[in-house]
Amino acid sequence: MGNLIEIRDLAKVYTRGKQKVEVLHHINLDIAEGDFLALMGPSGSGKTTLLNLIGGLDTATAGSIGVGGQRIDQLGAGALAKWRAANVGFVFQFYNLMPMLSAQRNVELPLLLTKLSSSERRQRASIALQLVGLADRASHKPSELSGGQQQRVAIARAIVSDPTLLVCDEPTGDLDRQSAEDVLALLRTLNREHGKTIVMVTHDPKAAEYANHTLHLDKGTLVEQAVA
Amino acid sequence: MKYLHLIWAALFRRKTRTFLTLVSILTAFLLFGMLDGVRTSFANVGKSAAGAKRLQTGSKLSFIETLPQSLQARIAQVPGAEDVAYANWFGGAYQDPHNQVFSFAVSPNYIDIYPEVDVTPAERKAFDRTRTGVLVGDVLAAKYHWKVGDKLPLQSNIYPNRDGSKNWSFDIVGIIRATRPDDKQFLQGAVLMHWKYFDESNPYNRGRVGWYVTSVADAGQSDRVARAIDALSANSDHETKTMTEQAAMASWVKQMGDIGFIVVSIMGAVFFTLLLLTGNTMAQAVRERTSELAVLKTIGFSSRAVLALVLAESVLLVLLGGVIGLGLAALLGPIMSAGSGGMLNMPPVGAASWALGVGLMIAIGLLVGVLPAWRAMRLNIVDALAGR
Ligand SMILES: Nc1ncnc2c1ncn2[C@@H]1O[C@H](COP(=O)(O)OP(=O)(O)OP(=O)(O)O)[C@@H](O)[C@H]1O
Ligand SMILES: [Mg+2]
Repeated sequence: MGNLIEIRDLAKVYTRGKQKVEVLHHINLDIAEGDFLALMGPSGSGKTTLLNLIGGLDTATAGSIGVGGQRIDQLGAGALAKWRAANVGFVFQFYNLMPMLSAQRNVELPLLLTKLSSSERRQRASIALQLVGLADRASHKPSELSGGQQQRVAIARAIVSDPTLLVCDEPTGDLDRQSAEDVLALLRTLNREHGKTIVMVTHDPKAAEYANHTLHLDKGTLVEQAVA
Repeated sequence: MKYLHLIWAALFRRKTRTFLTLVSILTAFLLFGMLDGVRTSFANVGKSAAGAKRLQTGSKLSFIETLPQSLQARIAQVPGAEDVAYANWFGGAYQDPHNQVFSFAVSPNYIDIYPEVDVTPAERKAFDRTRTGVLVGDVLAAKYHWKVGDKLPLQSNIYPNRDGSKNWSFDIVGIIRATRPDDKQFLQGAVLMHWKYFDESNPYNRGRVGWYVTSVADAGQSDRVARAIDALSANSDHETKTMTEQAAMASWVKQMGDIGFIVVSIMGAVFFTLLLLTGNTMAQAVRERTSELAVLKTIGFSSRAVLALVLAESVLLVLLGGVIGLGLAALLGPIMSAGSGGMLNMPPVGAASWALGVGLMIAIGLLVGVLPAWRAMRLNIVDALAGR
């Protein structure tokens, strides 16, 4: 299979006042379509920064990022937002659900940006909730769900518009072992059965085992590990 | 519309705070509803079409000076003048000197010059026939439970009767009603008695009248007719000043103080406070939702969409409180008027007040929302997600 993501000479510099911090240097990285990649590394090594660049949430200082043949580093803010809506699903450590909305409504959220009718939106959200095993919790608010359940709702939200790419920033960082395994198993299913390309940042070596392979970041540079 | 549930949910994220803000908005617009009616009804005083076709003639010197009754026939000769009536201030009180009632001694045709009000033809005839007869306004009649056939004792605070006392007795022969049922006319709160009876019964009047009311056929001719009327008495001992009713009312309202200005000042202060209060609520609401707004942007909501969502939330908040407040004003006004038995006459919340009110709500909502919305629009996703 070809590469979904091609990163060339990527650099990211944050400017804080007069101080410049180069967070990522000369990153070169290809991620195959259908891959499940784990990104590890010490705190502050630039994992989140790299993930945000891949997901089109942040803009690169230098270098290029191609996703599915699209040079996303060349897109303006508006075009980038549209691109994200169509191509990427996001999963965060703290779920980031809308506290006032039911699970169903949370999952429907990305579909508001499409031309789908309300009944189609409802139907697709139900399917996504079924997929993550929470069909019976559709009407629950986030506060009425466990952490693991909330993260599964977040995953349903990430996949409801059927993106090719899922980016997950420490998706199990706030979960107990059992919930973490449920979430990781779900991600693996999405990767294997549904062909989603997944890039996941994690601190947990056990979580990384669910991925096809693991890359390490250290002080803004990629260090490829020998495949175990 | 598909975003409504999103806006609604955001609005009621903090129920208590939203509720309290709504109550303040509601109160402000309740006040607005009541005061704006007062303002517009003052602004409309004398603006009736009939008012432009009526001339009032009084003494040029002062409103206490009276004019000879003989002037009526001469005014009637002025080209353009249709009908000439006259009236005297009676200054009546009912039962208690504090219960002042608008009461005038008038020529029999006085009521005919006011097409805004009406009495039945039978009652009109009865008035002509009855020397001591009076026509009473329906509002006043309802307040004191008067009806046709009742004797009406009034005390004049100015004029003694023939027996030297200030007690007068009349017979109610008719009820004055507004021609248009939903209308409010000041004659509905007045008592009209015969000038002839008044003149003959009190030793001091001797054929004098307080003022003349002349109807003209064509409002465009009012000024010319007014000048012609004043010319009749030029260089006499009873020089006159004639104005359209509109102009007379306008100058009276000026003397009462500029009610409109007072109302606008009060509302200005109220809305300024509301602006600060609601602005603070919105700023807080957006600040504590930073990460949620960041998620919306992450998902692909454009910056402009986020701006619109916050603005819509702010406008919805003010509209919600404002419409309830104005609705309450519309509801309470008539109840208060009815409960006061005619003492208080709250004008209804008219279409103009609604239009102005809703316009204000939208303007306040936008004004209050624009800063938080701008902030939400400029929100940097990466920083917001990292809690920076
Ligand atoms: N917006 C920013 N402005 C300034 N510095 C930033 C910004 N974002 C990240 N950094 C810096 O870049 C470095 C990498 O941050 P990043 O969040 O990518 O690390 P990370 O590997 O995800 O760490 P963690 O494991 O703790 O999440 C850190 O030193 C951080 O302080
Ligand atoms: Mg991180």
